[in-house]
Parts: sequence; C-alpha cells; structure tokens
Amino acid sequence: MTPALSRIWFALVTVFVAATINFFLFRVMPGNAVSALRCRACTPQLREALLKRYGLDESLPEQFVRYLGQLARGDLGISLSSGRPVWQEITGPLLNTLPMLIAGTLIALVLGVISGVVSSWRRGTALDSASQWTSLAFYAMPTQWIGLLVLFYVAAAVGLPAAGIQSASLGVLSEPSMWDLLSDRTAHLILPALTLGLGSYGQYAIIMRSAMLDTLGEDYILTARAKGLRDRDILRYHAFGNAMLPMVTMVALSAGTIVAGAIVVEDVFSYPGIGFAAVDAIGKRDYPVLQGIFLLLTVAVIVANLIADLIYVRIDPRIRDGRVAVG
Amino acid sequence: MVASPSGERAADNPTRRGTALRLIAGNRQTVVGLCALGAFAVVALLAPVIAPTPVNTQFSNSFAAPAAAHPLGLDGGGFDVLSRLIHGAQTSLLVGLIAALVGMLIGGTVGFVAGYFGGRTDGVLMRITDYFLVIPDIPLMIVAAAVFGQSLTNIMIVIGLVYWASTARLIRAQVMSVRQRTFVKRVEAMGASPFFVLTRHVVPQVTPLLLANTVLMVANAIFAETYISFLGLGDPSVVSWGRMIQDALDQGAVVAGAWWVVLPPGLAVTLVVLAATVAGQGMEDTLNPRLKVGHLAVRRFRVRPLHGALERPRAIHGALERP
Repeated sequence: MTPALSRIWFALVTVFVAATINFFLFRVMPGNAVSALRCRACTPQLREALLKRYGLDESLPEQFVRYLGQLARGDLGISLSSGRPVWQEITGPLLNTLPMLIAGTLIALVLGVISGVVSSWRRGTALDSASQWTSLAFYAMPTQWIGLLVLFYVAAAVGLPAAGIQSASLGVLSEPSMWDLLSDRTAHLILPALTLGLGSYGQYAIIMRSAMLDTLGEDYILTARAKGLRDRDILRYHAFGNAMLPMVTMVALSAGTIVAGAIVVEDVFSYPGIGFAAVDAIGKRDYPVLQGIFLLLTVAVIVANLIADLIYVRIDPRIRDGRVAVG
Repeated sequence: MVASPSGERAADNPTRRGTALRLIAGNRQTVVGLCALGAFAVVALLAPVIAPTPVNTQFSNSFAAPAAAHPLGLDGGGFDVLSRLIHGAQTSLLVGLIAALVGMLIGGTVGFVAGYFGGRTDGVLMRITDYFLVIPDIPLMIVAAAVFGQSLTNIMIVIGLVYWASTARLIRAQVMSVRQRTFVKRVEAMGASPFFVLTRHVVPQVTPLLLANTVLMVANAIFAETYISFLGLGDPSVVSWGRMIQDALDQGAVVAGAWWVVLPPGLAVTLVVLAATVAGQGMEDTLNPRLKVGHLAVRRFRVRPLHGALERPRAIHGALERP
C-alpha cells in the first residue's frame, strides 16, 4: 500500500471508530434513549411506538448494523426536539461556522508565524521572551474567557457588532444587496474570529519558533551565511520555507482544538454556528443532534489530518522524491 | 530559564537513585511552576478556612463593586467573588488532579503493556491509540458529559477517559527505549528475570516522565473542565472556575461593567494552566532529551538530526494537545 492509500485507509477506519463510539455512547445511557426523552408520562403503547421509531426494539448488533447503514446514506437520525432530520438541522449552522473557523485559523496562523519568526530571529533578547510569554499566556487562557475579555474591552471600543451573525435591521425595509449582506456578515465575523485566533495562536508561535531555530541551526544556513547572503534573505529564502513544514502538520493536529474553541466562541458571541447548535442541543437534551454534530466535527478533524498528511508528502521534496521514508 | 546541557546528558544514564529528582530541582522553570501549583493547592485545601464567606452566602446587592467587606466585589447572583474563586480552586484542582490520574492510569498501562511486550500487542494497542489521538477530545467529552449526566465524578472520569492516548504513546516510547539500552540488555543477558528488569530499570526510568506528563495533564483537565462547565454541563451543586466564567456571561457581567466578575476566574485558570504547563514541560525537557522538534520548550535551542525534523511530530501532539 502506498503511503497516501494507507493514510486514507487510516482516516476511514478512524471515522468508523468515532461512529462506533457515537453509537455506544448513545446506548450506554442509564435506561435507554426513550427514558432519555424524558418520557416519564408515556403510556406503554406510546413507549412501544417510540422504541420502534428509534429502532430500539431490535438487538444491539442489529441496531448497530442499521445505524452504520444509515450513516453510509448520510442519515444522521431525527432531532428529538424538532422532529426534523438531524442533517437538515445542522447544515445551516455548519455553513455559518466554516467562514469563522477559517478566518480564526488564518488569524492564528499569521499571529503564530510572525511571533515565532520574530522570536527565533531575535533569539535571547527581551523581545524574544516577551513574545514567548505572550504566546504561552494566550495558550493558557480558556478561549471563552478571551471572548469575554474581547466583549468587555474591545467590542465597544471598536464599535463592531458583538452578537449574532447579521444585523436585525438588515433587509427589513428592502432586500439587502449582496455587498451589504457580505460586509454586514464580515463585521459580525471579526470579533469571534479574532477571539478564536488569539485563543489558538500560542501553540503555533511556539512550534514556529522551535522549527525556525532548528532550521537556523542547519548546515545550509551556515553555507548561505558564508556565501555572504543578507540576514533577511537567509530568513526569507532558506529558513522560512523549511520551518513552515512542521506548521502544516501542526495546523491539522490543532484542528480539534480550534473546533473546540469555535464551540465556546459561538456561545459567547451568540454566533449561530455549529457550536451554538451544540449548546442548544445540550440544553434541550437533543441527543441525536448532539451526536450528529460530534460525528460531523470528528469527520472534519479527520479529514483535516488526512489533507495535512497528503499535503506534507507533496510539499516536502525530500519525501516526494522518495529520498526519505515518510514515518 | 537557564539551559542545562549537562543535565540532559545525565538524564540519559540515571543509574543512581534520586538523579531524576535532583535534575528536576535543578531546573528553575520547573521549580517556579511547581511552587505556583503548590500555592494554589494550599489555597484549595484551606478553602473553608480562608474564604471570607461560605459558598452559598448570598447578598442582596448584585454586582456590588469591590469594597472592604468584599475585596473582589459581588457577582450577578450576589455571591462574594473572592469566596467563589477560592472554593472554585478546590473544584478545579480536584477535577484536574483526579482526571489526570485516571488518564495516567489508563495511558500508562496501555503504554507499558505495548512498550514492554511489543509485537502484535503493541501493534494493536498503538493502532487504537492513534484513532483516539485523531478524534477531537473536547467534542467527545461534551457528548460523553451530556450523556452521563452532570456530576463532578462523571466529569472527572469522562475527562480522564478521553485524555489517555498521548500518555500511552509517550510511555510506550520511553519503555521501548529503556529496554533497548545497552545496560538493560546486559542485565537481561546476565539472566535477570523480567520482574527484576521491570522493577529495577524500566519503572524507575519511566516514572518521572509519567509524573511530568501527569502535571501537563492536570493543565489539560482543568482546561477541559472550564469548557464543560461553560457549556452548562458542569455539576450544578459546586462552584468551579469554569462555571464562574459561564455565570459572568449569563448574568451579564459585561453589560454591568463588572470587571471584578469577568477577570478573576479566567486569570486563575490561566495562572494554574501556565504553572502546570511550564512545570510539566520543564520536567519533560529534563527527563526526556529525545523529545523532538518544537514542543512547548521555551528555552531550548539545539541542532537536531534532520530525520527528527521529518517525523510526523507525535510528541508535539501529546505535549500541546489542548482543549
């Protein structure tokens, strides 16, 4: 099996494992799903009907096979609170979350790379330790608390909207133009994305610094210096590219972290995305929706990891040309 | 933060007992972090004595500003913020500690078994570990916490159950490397029983690393608790820092302009996580010189072999994994 194929196989099996966890978590609840519906006043007939509806009258292996079959068809079950398919319930929020997630990751990446590069280039100076300790501090802060601080100190000062995804007044009098809608949504996106970026950049900064220091210690950097290249050129043409390699893996590895950050950020900013939907589902004890969201997030993270693995093989010429075996 | 290159070399061959301890004590970063953690632990232990008011003493003026009677003011529910902070320390540290211990027990066992027996056992266990490493931990915890119900015990178990995979990888690597060292092979060749090798060589060399990892896990677990509580899945009967952050948002502390409600709980979490991270990383740095590129080692600069940089940095995952 080629490395790429084995990565894809690994990703598929991981999805299967996640689905299995999902299935059994739902079934190990005290009592069963019907009692979790808080169906205390159920008549035996209604109970029977509900059991049948959610397929709980079958044996566990039968249920499992049926569950996997449904998943394979993209069927995530039915929401307990709205009665609509879970898939319909979470597509909208998911589409809202994606831009925020991407913007947040980009902010984190830019902050992290700048901070890491500056740190490594000015190694051992006050600037270096200041940037390192700032990264560490942000790394140690709960993302929801950063959100609170942004609400408290930044939101009013910069006059950006701090709640929701678009202004309530938009489109009341007339159909908003595409441009108005876009700029309004972007304005609503900035603070949540900034919070997410601040909450996740610390790890990137620290990794970037280490990777840069590692690269700067290589022989070819010494050669470049011996050739008489300017510091700036060494940094730009020789060190930076190689130091970015571990960052590709890092972004994928931190996908889970960022997704978790997004959940609480959305809660703080009432941003109607997937995290907000999760909190809503928790409040309503709507397990199918919660499980659907978990599965979706898991698949997203797995795919991010897979992409990083595949990209990594592509962009590193040493691996691409088979000069070094990939681990 | 003074680098100790000699210390790193000595860690490769700690033949004398107590070497690990002396190495740890020689790392200023570790000592500062551990002292800070100790201070928080003392506050948590003495909570009933030093807190100005018992947990559930409610006053009538919500969002009262800090004054002599209430050094950190009152929150939206009319509770004394300082008292809640001190009592919250108890909950958060307890969750951190127990969850980390649960994770260490599972991860340590899996890592030990995989590293010691190797072969097919190792293959199967590490495959499972890999799957768990990829599955996003916080969403898994949220689902599990939602399913199992809101009690402190459940939350501790759930966090511990989710956070074992990176420990398992770390311990496996260490066990394997110890077994391959020349002096262990010699002892084995001389006919030492597996039990002797295990108790005299493997366990003493793996334990310090396991402890360092536990300290890191405490930070992760405290973090995870703030997420779980923030999403309304915490134990409603106890005060924790995560719940204080949630209350600050829900009760409208931002609108009320009550910085004394917004700042303390987050600062407390940040300080504890920072202390645990710095201490844990310092210990790991001292004890595990083979850690590859770029984890949270703040002070390290060393030229490493190229193949190290090319590996998929699993070690980073363990060290950095954060909610």
